[in-house]
Amino acid sequence: MDILRIATAGSVDDGKSTLIGRMLYETNSVPKDKLLAIEAASKRRGVNFLDLSLLTDGLIAEREQGITIDVAHVYFSTPKRKYIVADSPGHVEYTRNMVTGASTASVSIILIDARNGVVEQTRRHYAIAAMLRVPRVIICLNKMDLVDYDQTKFEAICAEFLLVAGKLRPSEQQLTFVPVSSLHGENITVNHGTMPWYNGPPLLTLLEEADAHVARLVPARMQVQHVIRPRTPELHDFRGYAGRISGGRLAVGDTIVALPANRQSTITQMQRFGVDVDLGEAGESVVLQLSDDIDISRGAMISRVAGAPVGSKELKATVCWMDHEALRQGSTYILQHGVARVRAKVTVLSNRLNVTTQNTEPDPGELKLNEIGAIQLRLSQPVFVDSYRDNSHNGAFILINENTHGTVGVGFVDSFVRMT
Amino acid sequence: MHKLQFGSESFPDELADEAIYVLRETAAQFERPTILFSGGKDSIVITHLAVMAFSPARIPFPLLHVDTGHNFPETLTYRDRMVADLGLDLIVRYVQDSISKGRVREETGKYASRNALQTVTLLDAIEELKFDACIGGARRDEEKARAKERIFSVRNEFGQWDSKNQRPELFNMLNGSIGPGENVRVFPISNWTELDVWNFIRSHNIAIPEIYFAHPRKVFDRDNLVWADSVFINKMPTEQPYETSVRFRTVGDMTCTAAVLSRATTLDDVIEEIRGAEISERGARIDDMRSEAAMEKRKQQGYF
Repeated sequence: MDILRIATAGSVDDGKSTLIGRMLYETNSVPKDKLLAIEAASKRRGVNFLDLSLLTDGLIAEREQGITIDVAHVYFSTPKRKYIVADSPGHVEYTRNMVTGASTASVSIILIDARNGVVEQTRRHYAIAAMLRVPRVIICLNKMDLVDYDQTKFEAICAEFLLVAGKLRPSEQQLTFVPVSSLHGENITVNHGTMPWYNGPPLLTLLEEADAHVARLVPARMQVQHVIRPRTPELHDFRGYAGRISGGRLAVGDTIVALPANRQSTITQMQRFGVDVDLGEAGESVVLQLSDDIDISRGAMISRVAGAPVGSKELKATVCWMDHEALRQGSTYILQHGVARVRAKVTVLSNRLNVTTQNTEPDPGELKLNEIGAIQLRLSQPVFVDSYRDNSHNGAFILINENTHGTVGVGFVDSFVRMT
Repeated sequence: MHKLQFGSESFPDELADEAIYVLRETAAQFERPTILFSGGKDSIVITHLAVMAFSPARIPFPLLHVDTGHNFPETLTYRDRMVADLGLDLIVRYVQDSISKGRVREETGKYASRNALQTVTLLDAIEELKFDACIGGARRDEEKARAKERIFSVRNEFGQWDSKNQRPELFNMLNGSIGPGENVRVFPISNWTELDVWNFIRSHNIAIPEIYFAHPRKVFDRDNLVWADSVFINKMPTEQPYETSVRFRTVGDMTCTAAVLSRATTLDDVIEEIRGAEISERGARIDDMRSEAAMEKRKQQGYF
């Protein structure tokens, strides 16, 4: 059984709560007691159907009261896989929450109210999904029941969306359109045939078939988190390099290179969950033993010799700012790339991007909370990154304020200067 | 009827990979971490994940048990055996000591419990032992407030959580930097559900305390819940204990943990029962249990 992580974003009235509620309900993920409570609440409100938006009611209440605005997690599962939905509010002042929610997602679900077509929020949600290069975006045209399940309407909105997606769309990103009615359960888990002109699968089928393991397709990367040295009489010489493989796969017998030491060795043994294995894949937490006693400490990068990353102390990146104190040219931060930390100075803040209109403004002077811009960084020590475009699993970093210790921004590496 | 297949494949291993990643980050980013061990299944699972994370070395930090003095005896027996079997370091701090020192006052009345008092004992222990990271078994699916918890959740000097000013957690990067006096609560199994916990226990053959399985016990009814009879609970005269077959779905101390009527004596039975509670088609079973409890309560009220 695997896990598919999904990001959703949207406002209260676009039917997102009902869509998520419908999915929970139709996959039998709602505990009986909750369902009974919703039945009672629906009746109290005078509606004669099960108001599934009430399943995520806690969140809605919070938003209406304007208190905690955040990413909420919803869980459901089918016999095939477990689903983790990271749900965030959709307004521009929650850009950082949407970016956070989308950062781990394999699929982004964008909801469009079929009555309204593409609106500002749609553009913003898609721009974030494009910037984060979410592998698959499913656009649900919701409330099809309110436009008489009209095919022409559906096709017009799809065309409009494709125009918006246009130049933003990463070439490998899959876009799929599904006409749905969350309220009536059309094309959520079942296609009831109310829209005979739609031959595609319902939303859940698309999710069941989505690739949750794209990280396996990139070159092997593993950062060392912790060096295991039992120092007991029977394991006196044991040295294990513990880490989570971020991309690709590593196998016993592989020749690897450890960076920055730049020493080669061979994987002699590998354990996962304390048990010997021959192969480790992206996402797996393993312990590697090597044929040579080389100097490897926390933060070191292990990869296969072919396709190994190159160190860099100069990065160009797109950042999303997440702190009340603005980013300014000349400021210094701690840069955390995976588990490795270096000091970083913002040498250039070249532009600010309006995520909704996609217009850029040169030399903005500063980047405020929720703003996105292009920067250049100089680092105290090399990091072994890939560009986010080539390998999103090794191409992102966070920035930490040295005084407050808070996480103040996230960056996506656009390019870097290779150290020679 | 269509039945789902159980087996090791029904636990998503990626959840254990993620938890192990978090535990290793905790060991690396903090000077003095500890596992908050309650004897409940979640903290047992955390302990086993920590064994896996650092194997073949020992877990590089101790376990801390805040003992309310109102434990199920089965929990303490289990705790001591587990510590011996796995070669762990266990530190115990007692709520009774906090009461004796006048740090907290024992509650009185029908609902008297030491559940709230243990917070003071815990914060005192954190200060005394200088823990900078406390690893807990909380899960986001448990309740609304926990749904927003971070994996590394920063607490101020007074142990308080500021839900409105949390650090964003992007990709899988964890920022454990803290200032003087601050500490972090770490939740490695944030993304697990109750069923995930049970499936993990089954697929890794982990022993758990006997009270998680159905057993005959003296119980009484209160507020539509089945309470275990014990000397620690102030019963009302109408609350008459009777013996029936129960198990515990969560295990805290005896004053705050309700039982469920159950005949599930094996892990498979327990998992089946939990699935039944979650899948609406099979929800009738829970219904039956509820109404059975309610009926028995009525019956008792009718008797007296």
